[in-house]
Amino acid sequence: MPLTESLRNDILAAVPSLRAFAISLSGNADRADDLVQETLLRALANIDSFQPGSNLPAWLFTILRNLFRSDYRKRRREVEDAEGNYAKTLKTQPSQNAHLEFEEFRGALEKLPQDQREALILVGASGFSYEDAASICGCAVGTIKSRVNRARSKLAALLYVDGAEDFGPDETVRAVIGGSGG
Amino acid sequence: MKDLKSQASKSTTPGKGGLTPEIQSRIGHQLRAMYDDVVRQGVPDRFAELIKKLDAPGGAPQVETDGGSNDNNNGRD
Repeated sequence: MPLTESLRNDILAAVPSLRAFAISLSGNADRADDLVQETLLRALANIDSFQPGSNLPAWLFTILRNLFRSDYRKRRREVEDAEGNYAKTLKTQPSQNAHLEFEEFRGALEKLPQDQREALILVGASGFSYEDAASICGCAVGTIKSRVNRARSKLAALLYVDGAEDFGPDETVRAVIGGSGG
Repeated sequence: MKDLKSQASKSTTPGKGGLTPEIQSRIGHQLRAMYDDVVRQGVPDRFAELIKKLDAPGGAPQVETDGGSNDNNNGRD
């Protein structure tokens, strides 16, 4: 379909979540923005192949994911030093405790196999249905479900295996405890 | 006050690889917090400009549907 004003607005509206997806996939903010840029260029160049009325975000996510996958194969070794870079992209600087918790979570997420990580993000964070996630990843719905389940179990094992103790009180409560001079 | 109740409900210690509802929701919460942090940053200018600039892909003139008297000359750099 032609690039109408409303379609352009819809593409723009999808940019924030495309970035979030790209950062979660690549773990690197600069690279993520390059991915988003390339995704937008592809999308606009191939806008004729977009079916009006179909799911625009899913279409865009599919393009981004495919770009990432082909890119990933080329330079899978370069992705290592992601964390510091990622933290820089955050607008709100988290408190110290929240920050530690965040880093820990981020690190665990990085340890998941690629397939499981993207499935978990699409369903658990982007809010896609299992069906949409399956079409984005080009696999069966059952495959997505099992990837999401395995991803959750693995995260739980990595983060919480020693009980919920580490994650006891709220970060605010902890901040108070930590701050009230000891 | 009876603290027994809150202690009893704290039987959420997971077995290896076990997923209590509490842990499931914690994972979901952290995942979304991480993701939404980026979403809240909105659309960086570079992308807004990119989309504006490329609104006529392949040099094809854009069709104005709202009948405005915009003259859409193609003399772009």
